[in-house]
Amino acid sequence: MKLTREEVQRVAMLARLRLTPEDEERLTEQLGNILQYVGKLNQLDTSGIEPFSHAVDIANPMREDAITNEPNADALLANAPEQENHFFQVPKIIE
Amino acid sequence: MNLAVLTLHEAREKLRKREFSAQELTEAVFRRISETEEKLHCYITLSHDTALKEATQADKLLKTDTNPHSLLGIPIAVKDNFLTRGIRTTCASKFLENFIPPYDCTTVKKLRASGAIIIGKTNLDEFAMGSSAENSAFFATRNPWDTDRVPGGSSGGSAAALAADQCIVALGTDTGGSIRQPAAFCGVVGLKPTYGRVSRYGIIAFASSMDQVGPMTKDVRDCALMLEAIASYDPADSTSANRPVPQYSASLTGDVKGLRIGIPKEYFVSGIQPAVEQAVRKAVRQLEKNGAAIKEISLPHTDYAVAVYYIIATAEASSNLARYDGMRYGHRARAKDLTETYMLSRAEGFGPEVKRRIMLGTYALSAGYYDAYYLKAQRVRTLIKKDFDEAFKSCDVIIAPTAPTTAFKIGEKTQDPLQMYLSDIYTISVNLAGLPALSLPCGFDSEGLPIGMQIIGKHFDESTILAIAYAYEQSTDWHKRKPNL
Repeated sequence: MKLTREEVQRVAMLARLRLTPEDEERLTEQLGNILQYVGKLNQLDTSGIEPFSHAVDIANPMREDAITNEPNADALLANAPEQENHFFQVPKIIE
Repeated sequence: MNLAVLTLHEAREKLRKREFSAQELTEAVFRRISETEEKLHCYITLSHDTALKEATQADKLLKTDTNPHSLLGIPIAVKDNFLTRGIRTTCASKFLENFIPPYDCTTVKKLRASGAIIIGKTNLDEFAMGSSAENSAFFATRNPWDTDRVPGGSSGGSAAALAADQCIVALGTDTGGSIRQPAAFCGVVGLKPTYGRVSRYGIIAFASSMDQVGPMTKDVRDCALMLEAIASYDPADSTSANRPVPQYSASLTGDVKGLRIGIPKEYFVSGIQPAVEQAVRKAVRQLEKNGAAIKEISLPHTDYAVAVYYIIATAEASSNLARYDGMRYGHRARAKDLTETYMLSRAEGFGPEVKRRIMLGTYALSAGYYDAYYLKAQRVRTLIKKDFDEAFKSCDVIIAPTAPTTAFKIGEKTQDPLQMYLSDIYTISVNLAGLPALSLPCGFDSEGLPIGMQIIGKHFDESTILAIAYAYEQSTDWHKRKPNL
């Protein structure tokens, strides 16, 4: 299946990636080639085959709903791109 | 004597006999790094000062403790996608260039508790996405056997550091071959344990249904000792296996009599370098001489594994990497509004391969394509796992090449992503099925490049893999050869 440039632009928006026109051109071709290769899966009849879920049998582990991590606000905030008064500072999200 | 050449088990014995101190050993390793690092570029970050402090501490304990911890005083290299408290962790990405983790991942916590000394963080393909360590945002690591060639990837820094004696042991992660393929290319031992055997807590996630932590070592005994140190049940990782950890080193008896080895016919087809096939077949004959039974088996869906992998791995990656939004940590671009901030931060922070995979994965999961790509791939993944279930009814392990070729040239495959993906053809089925597999040296090609042999086992049967690997290693000296640097 041929991938179009418009689809690349649509997916880039979904993935929140700003692409340059050169990126778009290159990705249209490269992703198109990869998707064509991946198309070989359609040679296989998988009707009646369950989709894979886990490699080994596991069950959901349950635990008490208790705080186990240590308070570490300074170390966490130290990685913040911007901070003010011990808060993360982020761009305005509501107009 | 250059102490940096020692294996873990050799160094451990000599430390305990007080033939030298942990400080002397650590200094020898840093000396080796300063002699060779300019040629190789294995490390993104070195933790020289904290390592020497840890060495002093280890020496105190070695003097007083009658039953020291298993890794006490051993210098270890850690791939830069393991969170290390207080030591910068970049995942070889511009996005995380200045990230200092506020906590240790479970594996590093266990290493520290065992007395290991973390000497630095090794280079990788950005977010562990690649097969050559060329996708690092900072620099390409070079293969110690030929510095014009790649060390493999994504754990290329760990593999090259080990081969060059820039550490005693190393840690890697393996999502599609990222421990085994670089181990093969650099002539060292690398083990991807069963999915769930080692905690993933605090490992920077790439494809969560396949990511697994494992040891990279200079010989098989070291590999068994390292697995004993890092395997555990971890309540912080919901896919961690709650089952006892065997004493893996006890399985290293050298006896393989009666063990059944399967040889998958689909792994010896066109595209394989003749020297690789010859070396692996010769190694199998050696094991047969040692008393193992050899039979040909079939893994009929092998040819579909790369296609399945590059849908599932990229789909999981697109989801896992959504967290890099530039708000709480990492790179933030200046932009006019929130959406633009996300889009530019990610565009500036991620390299081309990471973007390509996020795009592919987002496409495969997007409305209208989910059934055709993601669900289809998960159905074929079931068929691939069933191939192994069927094969393991008649054999105890499967032996195959680790990679179709020896190390390729730097730049050789960077323009064609699909060719790069196909270099993982022998390793990725194992991740899709969650199985354990080990790569160990089994020869050299005519250009003096190491060849790796892969031993694949049943779920949670690392002991049998290690037993066979050890028996083979005892009959060769490949693991003792060193590159000229």
